[in-house]
Amino acid sequence: MKLEFTLNGRAASWQGEPVTRLASALRDDLGVTGTKIGCDAGDCGACTVLLDGRQVCSCLVAMGQIEGRTVETVEGLETGPDAMAALQQSFLDHGAAQCGICTPGMLMAAQELVRRNSKPSRSEVEDFLGGVLCRCTGYGKIVDAVMDVVAPVPATAPAAGGAVGSRIVRVDGPAKVMGRDLFGADAIPRDALWIRVIRSPHARARFELGDLEPLRRRLAAVLTAADVPFNGYGIYPDIKDQPVLAAGQVRYRGEAVVALVGERAEVLAIRDDEVPITWKPEPPLSGVDAATAKDAPLVQADRPGNLLLKGGVKRGDAAAAFDACAAVAEGTFETAFVEHAYIEPEAGWAWRVGDRIEIHATTQTPYMDRDEIANLMRLKPEAVRIVPTACGGGFGGKLDLSVQPLLAIAAWTLGRPVALVYTRPESMAASTKRHPARVSARFGCDAEGKLMACDVTALFDTGAYASWGPTVANRVPVHAMGPYAIPNVRTWGEAFFTNGPPAGAFRGFGVPQAAIAHEAMMDELADRLAIDRLEFRHRNALRAGDTTATGQTLAHSAGLAQCLEALRPHWRRAHEEIAAFNATGGARRRGIGIGCMWYGIGNTSMSNPSRMRVGLSPAGTLTLYSGALDIGQGSNTIMVQIAADAVGLPVEQFKLVTGDTDLTADAGKTSASRQTFVSGKAAEKAGQDLRQQILRLANAGPDAVLSLEGATLSVRDGAEVRTIDLATSGPLMGEGTFDPPTTPLDADGQGVPYATYAFAAQLAEVEVDVELGTVKVLRIVAAHDVGRAINPTLVEGQIQGGVAQGLGLALMEEYLPGRTENLHDYLIPTVGDVPEIECLLIEDREPLGPSGAKGIGEPALVPTAPAILGAVHHATGVRVHRVPLLPHRLREAIVALERNRT
Amino acid sequence: MGDYLRPRGLEEALQALTRPFTVLAGGTDFYPARVGRAVVEDVLDIAGIPALRGISETSAGWRLGATTTWSELVEADLPPMFDGLKQAAREVGGRQIQNAGTIAGNICNASPAADGVPALLALDAEVELACCDGSRRLPLASFITGVRTTARQPGELVVALHVPRSRAEARSAFLKLGARRYLVISIAMASTLVEVEDGKVKAARVAVGACSPVAQRLPALEQALVGATVDAHLGERVAPSHLAPLSPIDDVRGSAGYRSEVALVLLRRLLSKVAT
Repeated sequence: MKLEFTLNGRAASWQGEPVTRLASALRDDLGVTGTKIGCDAGDCGACTVLLDGRQVCSCLVAMGQIEGRTVETVEGLETGPDAMAALQQSFLDHGAAQCGICTPGMLMAAQELVRRNSKPSRSEVEDFLGGVLCRCTGYGKIVDAVMDVVAPVPATAPAAGGAVGSRIVRVDGPAKVMGRDLFGADAIPRDALWIRVIRSPHARARFELGDLEPLRRRLAAVLTAADVPFNGYGIYPDIKDQPVLAAGQVRYRGEAVVALVGERAEVLAIRDDEVPITWKPEPPLSGVDAATAKDAPLVQADRPGNLLLKGGVKRGDAAAAFDACAAVAEGTFETAFVEHAYIEPEAGWAWRVGDRIEIHATTQTPYMDRDEIANLMRLKPEAVRIVPTACGGGFGGKLDLSVQPLLAIAAWTLGRPVALVYTRPESMAASTKRHPARVSARFGCDAEGKLMACDVTALFDTGAYASWGPTVANRVPVHAMGPYAIPNVRTWGEAFFTNGPPAGAFRGFGVPQAAIAHEAMMDELADRLAIDRLEFRHRNALRAGDTTATGQTLAHSAGLAQCLEALRPHWRRAHEEIAAFNATGGARRRGIGIGCMWYGIGNTSMSNPSRMRVGLSPAGTLTLYSGALDIGQGSNTIMVQIAADAVGLPVEQFKLVTGDTDLTADAGKTSASRQTFVSGKAAEKAGQDLRQQILRLANAGPDAVLSLEGATLSVRDGAEVRTIDLATSGPLMGEGTFDPPTTPLDADGQGVPYATYAFAAQLAEVEVDVELGTVKVLRIVAAHDVGRAINPTLVEGQIQGGVAQGLGLALMEEYLPGRTENLHDYLIPTVGDVPEIECLLIEDREPLGPSGAKGIGEPALVPTAPAILGAVHHATGVRVHRVPLLPHRLREAIVALERNRT
Repeated sequence: MGDYLRPRGLEEALQALTRPFTVLAGGTDFYPARVGRAVVEDVLDIAGIPALRGISETSAGWRLGATTTWSELVEADLPPMFDGLKQAAREVGGRQIQNAGTIAGNICNASPAADGVPALLALDAEVELACCDGSRRLPLASFITGVRTTARQPGELVVALHVPRSRAEARSAFLKLGARRYLVISIAMASTLVEVEDGKVKAARVAVGACSPVAQRLPALEQALVGATVDAHLGERVAPSHLAPLSPIDDVRGSAGYRSEVALVLLRRLLSKVAT
């Protein structure tokens, strides 16, 4: 079929199968890739375009319906060449785009509204944006950007030396709001072959492959385990337990078994049942109890007892100290598998360039990918080049390999570019999850409410493969007592293999699960002693000078008490308002809760260095070479801010080269909230190094003022100005490396696991419909000690996005293999679920960090669920022991409580 | 790849249906069922047939064309008896789905959680089916026969829904319970239409969705409401025994017991809402 229509104001023609989805036609045939595909099922709204002026999901529109109609995409918003529309400018100025994958869909949904009403109310904005999911922002800045579209905020353009601390717009923001940023599926060569992966429908089974020759004759290749040079990978150098393609047995539903490689239409047309696989399903191990049962079968033959790892922290004598406590609280708390639900499914392409393999894919960790691929391919690391695409959200889920191994294997042997784009169900089934946890906690305090003893045991379901399980099992015992000074501590963590999906890294590495337990204990002890819950925490907060349970004395930057003090007026106001509301009676009851956390920045007791470079070319081009991947959090922007001030030149003069393992040095992975602290410090040192070189060339003192014009660098030192002609002086390159100082933990968990810690306290106000069991979060106030906010807008964005994920963890998110493998059964918060989030930034400077900065990515999420659950208790009296707190679970708990009272 | 027909006239569509086709209109159920695989079946796209679209008033009531979208319904000038259906329309998916999804698609997809069905039951809607040999009408309650099954025969197309005029002042309302604000599959929902005369209920229709394989009218409750004063206490007439037609199940969204309980709560609130 051939048809004509209007695309972004211009006549367009298209030819193809009429049942083709509009989204695919736009992206694959018409070359407008600003429209993103997140689910192909109308569940996420990323592909939203305007059809005859109304928003639709372009993944649900048949091209056969487009003849004569008008289609508008993000590319059509611009008012002239490179001229952003007011809506795009407002998104940029407000920091409404983080990773940017939902941004085109959000913009188009908003465009339908602002065309009708340029001054919409908040509820109108929510109604129009309700069908577009965002996993990064928590929606607040998006809603503000739409409401303020006619009242632009003035742009911030700090002078040289004033970049740190200012709210500059994202350096990669214009590309994101203009739909030009290229994600994993956006720049696949037209001649690429495609891979489709056949995955296990069983959680545990043995299988045999039949005759694959008929398929091989139809396709370019059919890959099996035998085609993988070294068929094992994993995060840890000594645990390569996950096969790229399963060899004879599968350990979780969704595990890759066979890869079909061929022309795209051909591999899509092959039905799963055309691939000859004979399955012998076995009863799967589901959950820790099954894994630890007597005579439980082994998930991995060399892991007795299905145990991955155990360990803990011991200080003082917790058992004895409980006897002397005036009050003791205890409880057990359980959490579910949680899906990252980044809106960009895993995607990328690869090709062979001579004797090297080059992989363009969405990732959080280019250098780890490089080394893993080299190991799988039996190549030298230098033979692998990772070119990260823009990353449409990660949250830990793109730290593990996904599309890369099959791309590398296929492209290496076939001599053509090869692409692989996961479908949404595939992404959800195949990728890692947050560890389900069972945390048993016991805390005791004296009559004054001073914590004296704590005993916490956390059991984790690490699923079929190790992934980041050891990281979780190591990190949790260090954090499980909470951000409090407690003299007698015993914490313990164990992780077990099951036939669940591999549990890996997810924003917080197990600490959010543990925080639900320790914060419930704080509430119980405070209530028991009739001490205000905030004041109880304030009394026990770790402060500078205190020694932690691992024996580390916190010399600086322990700002929990300041966070709590900042919350105090909000806490008091909310208590009064809630008391007044509840006095009116009715089925809706309000409550307030508080959650505190601390979070060690960077790897636990392990080296995690970053190296950054700042170059000044003979032509006068100033470039930051940053291996730190921006997955939406804003590291591209803050690295430039930090480097700019360190050099002493303005941000606008910087170019940025990021991620490519051929062009940038290893800045570690984007995880553990480490990029600001570790890579930021390296960027600062690199900038300082370049500045020193310049000052030496100019023979100038440390306070000299630099200015760069073309290839001429001027150095003003007092009254004297010296100029350097870069064309003759040659290129300059500053370099900086930082590895946070830590020490290994001994058998009792004693040592210095982290160089610094972030601290935070959040309060949540909720309204519970006690008849329905529903919880509406009305307001969050989040106080975070970030050391120094390099860019307050970006820090707020991280907090608001983390809060939204914490809200999902508390109230709605539960991944059930085979049951919630899509974004309509697996629920993440929509714009209507996330309340106003007020951010209070506490800046208790960390001397080790760049300009005193620490980290914010994970800390943002950790306190939210505890605060919400505490508020539910305050409203209803129900102590929640299992999340997500789905409406039926809360209603059942309310009924049980009422029954016990009567 | 199969055939793709996009007729402009109803006759042409009905002629085509003498052999098997998958009917496509708004696409909001068609494409989600085909994620990551090629579309191989023959498709009959009825969205381009003007006769199937739009709302018109007839002597007996209103005709809702099969491919009328939820947004078109919301924006249509309709009497208050349609308020419940309009409220339901605003709860179907997100606005993108409301702009594309069609009324007939919702009933033909026959999900137990179809948001449009309780309100259409409360409106006493009839389904008009046409085929080459003629047409027939049947009540919506007879049209949807089970989970994802309907009385539509091969060769038949749903061309419209018909809503009869009410005999007295009619008010209606809809309530939905889901685990998040937007884009959510209902845990339970309820809709009602109450005819009011002299401040009393003259007649009432009440339906509950997502608590049985097919949304159900509650005749005992409807009887119990007749003669009641239309005020904020109307909801107090609801009794657990009225829920007998429901058969809720346990699933990831809620337990059976919970569904029964909240159906009762929703009904009480719904009736208080419609009365005030």
